[in-house]
Amino acid sequence: MSGGVITIVKRELAGYFVSPVAYVFLVIFLLLTGFFTFTVGNFFERGEASLVSFFTWHPWLYLFLVPAVGMRLWSEERRLGTLELLLTLPIATWQAIVGKFVASWLFLALALALTFPVIITVNWLGDPDNGVIASGYVGSVLLAGAYLAVSCMTSAMTRNQVISFILSVLILLFLILCGYNPVTDLLSQWASPQVVQVVASFSVMTHFDAFQRGIVDVRDVVFFASVIGLALFTTGVIIRGLRAG
Amino acid sequence: MIKVENLIKNFGPKIAVNDVSFSVERGEVLGFLGPNGAGKSTTMRMVTGFIPPTAGRISVGGHDILTNPIPAKRLIGYLPENAPSYADMTVQGFLRFTAEMRGITGDARKRAVNRAVELCMLENVLYQTIDTLSKGYRHRTCLAQSIIHDPDILIMDEPTDGLDPNQKHEVRNLIKRMGTNKAVIFSTHILEEVDAACSRVIIIDRGRIVANGTPDELRRRSHLAGAVSVVVSGVTAAELSEALSSIDLVVRVDTLSETPQQSVVRAHPDSPDQKPALVRAVMELVSQRHWQLEDLRTEEGHFDEVFRSITLPDTIKEARQ
Ligand SMILES: Nc1ncnc2c1ncn2[C@@H]1O[C@H](COP(=O)(O)OP(=O)(O)OP(=O)(O)O)[C@@H](O)[C@H]1O
Ligand SMILES: [Mg+2]
Repeated sequence: MSGGVITIVKRELAGYFVSPVAYVFLVIFLLLTGFFTFTVGNFFERGEASLVSFFTWHPWLYLFLVPAVGMRLWSEERRLGTLELLLTLPIATWQAIVGKFVASWLFLALALALTFPVIITVNWLGDPDNGVIASGYVGSVLLAGAYLAVSCMTSAMTRNQVISFILSVLILLFLILCGYNPVTDLLSQWASPQVVQVVASFSVMTHFDAFQRGIVDVRDVVFFASVIGLALFTTGVIIRGLRAG
Repeated sequence: MIKVENLIKNFGPKIAVNDVSFSVERGEVLGFLGPNGAGKSTTMRMVTGFIPPTAGRISVGGHDILTNPIPAKRLIGYLPENAPSYADMTVQGFLRFTAEMRGITGDARKRAVNRAVELCMLENVLYQTIDTLSKGYRHRTCLAQSIIHDPDILIMDEPTDGLDPNQKHEVRNLIKRMGTNKAVIFSTHILEEVDAACSRVIIIDRGRIVANGTPDELRRRSHLAGAVSVVVSGVTAAELSEALSSIDLVVRVDTLSETPQQSVVRAHPDSPDQKPALVRAVMELVSQRHWQLEDLRTEEGHFDEVFRSITLPDTIKEARQ
């Protein structure tokens, strides 16, 4: 990575912590993960030493939390007019895109890292497979990255953060639902199993599943990496379009 | 240092910049004038590499801005219109960031920030968050950002917009000083600024260059240039006008005011060069007739008048259509 990217990452990350919004976000994130894990996910009633009830909810939790982080990435630059400043600095556009993306991804990773008490709890209560937990975390970070890249893309589309948020939630909802069991069951009533399988292979649910069971499959990693790559590439195309007018 | 050839920019069906060519060398300060929407900002945005042109070539320090943007952008310091900056950063944080983005780190960064802060007089607000600054200070912060790397080329879109008269004066001096060893382009709506800081002026109207020359050359286009106004007491304006009209050099005489005590009349020569001759002739006439001369003023010509005469007729015609 070049100096320009690192400077942008530093600026963006520092930006999170000068405003109270970041702290509010972290608190909400932790409260919600706790709520889903222990209340909705029946962590204790399951009577097993695993974090299944913790990770299961991540695709849904991130559906709203990640766009909340990503919505301002480019829309704010457009609204403030700093896009003009940023893109006339001696860096390539992709460096700015990657820098802003990486900074927000690191922030999300930090939020995720702050859930460590749940690992301590489960290890204290029982004897979980920590390899499975580690793979769950890897999957969760990748999932957050894919969601973030999509939010990054929608935030380049508009200077209005609310619109960017809604667009992002809609796209992500689609990426969840096309592999969500109740939906695939419904779909298989009038489509052939092959079609259902192809549709489901585009879903984050399908690819997140194995991570929760302790399997880090290269194909799943490639899927998330492709979503990130494609969304960031599209961000670049959108920004080029903006500049051309 | 900057060479622009046949630049064209269309936004959909709208032609914002239409076949603009110019060049700026080191040691020159080029002023961009033109009515609102003329295409000044659009031209600057293309030169700085923010937006791609529809057609035409731009070379900055020998680098083509489209095929080789990064070395070109390194040479440029840019103050965009409305002076955008990151509202949540402090002035110091923002300047450090822009210095680092330009590859200035460590001690060099400290020196660069100090120098820019000093030149733009930001000492008092160094640790203040940008969104709590007044408009003028925000503007100066963005100005500081544009000179942080002591660039060879400085491009500024309305650099004195929103500044108080003292600051306007300082910034003009800054531009002038920078112009001695850099290539500078700046746009403005303040016509005196052109006189104060520019070595050359381009007037743009609806995407086209309609005038290009030194401030003096442009001023001489004014119909006032070279005119002589006299204030004489004890004579009627009609008598005074008639006498002045009889001078060979004079092509037109305007009565400016008349009271029972005195008359004010302005005589226009054929060309601004004839001003000294006209002054001598007027003085001679006055002494011949034993009139009492109260005042005599010569006109250099007014920029605003030239600006209006070049850009106004068409604009009005268009509005009426
Ligand atoms: N992104 C854009 N999309 C569509 N039209 C645009 C865009 N940017 C500029 N224009 C149009 O191009 C023309 C030139 O605009 P520009 O901003 O260059 O004018 P200007 O000379 O800087 O005016 P001002 O003195 O008001 O700053 C205007 O008619 C403007 O509406
Ligand atoms: Mg403008």
